[in-house]
Amino acid sequence: METAYLIETVIKIVVILLVFSALAGIGTYFERKVLAFMQRRLGPMNVGPYGMLQFGADAIKLFTKEDIIPTNVVSPIFKIAPVITVSTAFIAAAAIPFLPSFTLFGYEVHPIIADINIGILYILGVMGIGLYGPLLGGMASANKFSLLSAARSAVVFISYEVVAGLSILAPIMLVGSLSLIDFNNYQIENGWIILSQPVAFLMFWIAAFAETGRTPFHLIANDHEIIDGFGTEYSGMRWGLFYIGEYANMFFISFVISLLFLGGFGDGSVIGAFLFLGKVAFFFFCFLWARAAWPDVRPDQLMWLCWKVLMPIAVINIIITGVVIMEG
Amino acid sequence: MKNEQFNDRNISNDYFKVDIADYPTTDWGKFKCALDRTFKLELLVGLWVVLREMFKFNTHTVKYPEEKMPIGPRYRAVHEMKRLWESDTERCIGCGLCEKICISNCIRIDTKIDENSRKEVSEYSINLGRCIFCGYCAEVCPELAIVHGGEYENASDQREHFVMYEDMLTPLDKMKAGTQSEFEGFGAITPHEEERVKKTPLAY
Repeated sequence: METAYLIETVIKIVVILLVFSALAGIGTYFERKVLAFMQRRLGPMNVGPYGMLQFGADAIKLFTKEDIIPTNVVSPIFKIAPVITVSTAFIAAAAIPFLPSFTLFGYEVHPIIADINIGILYILGVMGIGLYGPLLGGMASANKFSLLSAARSAVVFISYEVVAGLSILAPIMLVGSLSLIDFNNYQIENGWIILSQPVAFLMFWIAAFAETGRTPFHLIANDHEIIDGFGTEYSGMRWGLFYIGEYANMFFISFVISLLFLGGFGDGSVIGAFLFLGKVAFFFFCFLWARAAWPDVRPDQLMWLCWKVLMPIAVINIIITGVVIMEG
Repeated sequence: MKNEQFNDRNISNDYFKVDIADYPTTDWGKFKCALDRTFKLELLVGLWVVLREMFKFNTHTVKYPEEKMPIGPRYRAVHEMKRLWESDTERCIGCGLCEKICISNCIRIDTKIDENSRKEVSEYSINLGRCIFCGYCAEVCPELAIVHGGEYENASDQREHFVMYEDMLTPLDKMKAGTQSEFEGFGAITPHEEERVKKTPLAY
């Protein structure tokens, strides 16, 4: 039993690592295509049919590029920063159930690495550590744009974390558990949480955009203001690790939103599983969609939004939820 | 290709000024502005526009090496030397005006007297690395000999990329086939010129 569990866990870890590393690459393809179509362009077209092998070409380029450590950078921190981003993204995925449990060759597989009872807290915490990547990478880079980006990542961090935490508190009060499996099971019986907590859903969604650093809050690595910020001095695979981390984060947070608010994989049927993947795909698409449509906000506007608007609303939401639970 | 579509600069007569209100200065105005932006769902308009464009799939990409945009007849790319329609001989009379007027000094012309005691161009080169494609040479040429062509895809392994007289001259086989194209840009005869020109009376 013990050995079987170990082997199963290791296999699951390897599968998730491989699948989501590849998905990060394919995600860049989809991002480029979706953005291109929305901006009336074609996007990558030349490598493979409809440019489908573009991410392979990008991967070859990134893998074979020289790994440059510039002069004056704080070398050990500079080297470790991309690893922090990508590893925390994948560590956070340990508590996410990616599919309902299914039977494979008479063996029941739970597609979650560790169903810990503090699941969502763990995920948010570890994903929060992911911002140390831009922060340390930017500060170690000996580049003023990277330094600005590091400062901005601190700004983003103190802004969205409070909103993410508070907005999710009301659903947690409803469910009475932090495990994502329990969230899923709660929504089988009581309907999707988005129906009872629409405000919390919107706020967590907004926080997810800040968490992953996507466009309305893409100020950590703003290409047109601070030339990719923390990524300025990075090249080759270290820069690629930042990229994989960013896209893996987008996928994982899409899974989390679907699980928390949109019923997850439901009762575990095949249709439920496909619906679950559809929801995840929708949220991933929304990241790209918003990038095509919306401008970026300034750091001070993000702080204004999070502290002066969203946090009071979140607190009011918690109070109302508490009163309703107490009454009922 | 006709000139008319390039000459018409009036894209639309429907221009109007957009009515944009000033930014609010009072606290209440700012609050109302924030509320408006939140609940009037202006953000969704942007989302809808890009989604609509995605499903219309009306891309404007020109896949360049396979497809090319048409260029105007007045486009000034690498020079060409024309031949006379009547006799297929070179139009260039070796006057040297193009060399004289060239403001970037990129044209070099050398002439000699040939066996028929006519002036003949012995050397003619344009340094495309220096040429700014201003079109003065084509404008000043009294014989419509040097004109601009439409060849804009140039590559060279050095900055001094010369184009020689023989390369610019219309090939004889092309001339025999009658496919030499006239230049419509600087120095060219304006359309319907023969109706407007007054012939010199012989009575003087």
